[in-house]
Amino acid sequence: MDKLIVAKSEPLWNTNNKVISIIGGLVVLLFALPLVGLNSFYLHLFIMIFMHAVMAQSWNVIAGFSGQISLGHGAFFGIGAYATSFFYMEYGITPWISIFFGMFISGVFAVLIGIPMLRLSGHYFAIATLLIGISFQVVFQRWDLVGAASGLWVTMTPEDSWTALQFHSSKLPYYYIFLVFFLISFFAVWVLSRSKLGYRLRAVRDDPQAALSLCINVSNYKIIAYVISAMIMAPMGSLFAQYILIIDPDRVFNIEISIIVLLITVLGGIGNVWGPIIGAAILIPISEYSRIYLGGTGGAVDLILYGLILMIICVFRPNGLISFIPKDILERKKQR
Amino acid sequence: MKILLVENLSRSFGGIKANDDISFSVDQGSILGIIGPNGAGKSTLFDLITGYTKADRGKVEFFKKNIFGLSPDKISNLGVGRTFQKLKPFADQTLLENVMIGAFVKEQNIKKARDKALEIIDFVDLIEKRHHFAKELSTGQRKRLEMARAMAIEPKLLLMDEVTGGVDQKTIPGLVELIKKLKKTGVTIITIEHNINIIMEISDNVLALDQGRSIAFGPPKDIQKNKEVIDSYLGTFDAA
Repeated sequence: MDKLIVAKSEPLWNTNNKVISIIGGLVVLLFALPLVGLNSFYLHLFIMIFMHAVMAQSWNVIAGFSGQISLGHGAFFGIGAYATSFFYMEYGITPWISIFFGMFISGVFAVLIGIPMLRLSGHYFAIATLLIGISFQVVFQRWDLVGAASGLWVTMTPEDSWTALQFHSSKLPYYYIFLVFFLISFFAVWVLSRSKLGYRLRAVRDDPQAALSLCINVSNYKIIAYVISAMIMAPMGSLFAQYILIIDPDRVFNIEISIIVLLITVLGGIGNVWGPIIGAAILIPISEYSRIYLGGTGGAVDLILYGLILMIICVFRPNGLISFIPKDILERKKQR
Repeated sequence: MKILLVENLSRSFGGIKANDDISFSVDQGSILGIIGPNGAGKSTLFDLITGYTKADRGKVEFFKKNIFGLSPDKISNLGVGRTFQKLKPFADQTLLENVMIGAFVKEQNIKKARDKALEIIDFVDLIEKRHHFAKELSTGQRKRLEMARAMAIEPKLLLMDEVTGGVDQKTIPGLVELIKKLKKTGVTIITIEHNINIIMEISDNVLALDQGRSIAFGPPKDIQKNKEVIDSYLGTFDAA
């Protein structure tokens, strides 16, 4: 048969039924897991994994897909956290709505920051975003309207409330809420990676000059990626604020947030939708267990371990842990 | 009909005149070959026409529309495709994905873009390599990739920078045939070449540059006889 006809008859994507079954099974397992009895610690552990996986997925969109290394992504996490808490406390707006306010405000800031900053490239963009991230923390530390350095103490409801997104008797509702957001964000980025936009973002990442020759406005696409990325990050800040009910600039605008999402993505595999999930599933338990056994902030042992793991990965597996899985299984099947 | 009109195009870098008052025109459906020794300003001329480098002055009209000063993406959107002397494949993506990115300019549907990309890949004789990463391809194959990717935007004018440069002798005839095949599709071509025999074989007109200046413009047979061209370029070629 004509080779072109054969090529055209190939499926667009590698639909490996085995992989789909495994993913489906894992999703069912994640929904069923609390029912078989997860204590409060394990619920918290999974919540943190889901949250960080989404945050890393957000960073993956700007860094992995469009090639811009942002070191100030924690700003959008903080904006999401403050938007939800502030609008709930000041105007009684349910977090379910103010989550979208947080996304919108983050998107607007991404445009405002992106227009001048994304003209910079490489290290310059990274340094600029680092300073932007820190400046948000400084501004919020001095902004009385949002509690300045003391932050916001979210008004607690007397009982569990789905409307106020507050659950005091169990972490279980939070588990499912974070899980659903995790699945939605994963699916959204998976669709993005296979869309025209995803292809064009990867072109911008791989070679901006060549992308220009294919009618791609590189600056605009970088801004689009930045906005999408910010709008994925913000809801995690919103949910985190509802989870802990106390937010302050040192916690939600902390530079550590920007760094940890980078570490998770690089560990798992940058530019791959699976990378942030794998990275979060490995790094977050290390962090949480080190806190248990070493107390407080984990005696910074978690950071030492992060560094060690990252060095090993960078030297032996620069494409992240995802590279242990044959690409044919997760991506299009190659017929050579 | 003139598809491209260039008048007095100039660009200096410091004290060096990379392009100095270059003027020429290209007929629709023809091939214009650009020759000149290293440093003559050939690639700079491509960058000026396609908006990658801002010209100091001059005029560039594409289908009578002034494109001087437009950004590269806007110029490519008008139907000006190009390849690069220093190859720029999307290295971590497959050949098919590379060409699909170009195909998305005209096709919004992902399956239609894929099928169109496959047809172009078949046209450049790389269908069996469609799932190979660009970084795995040989130089000659990557040259074809760049041509395929540029064709995918359905250009009316295609600028090709040293298609046969840096490839082995056995690969060159295939690439030359591909240029001829491309011309038959109706696309207008401007090609930079160091290989004079190829330029004389495929071109309808030739523009000779030397030290940023246009020293001759006309049919290949006239260029071959031009004394200034012989002195500056062909003379060296013959002696070699």
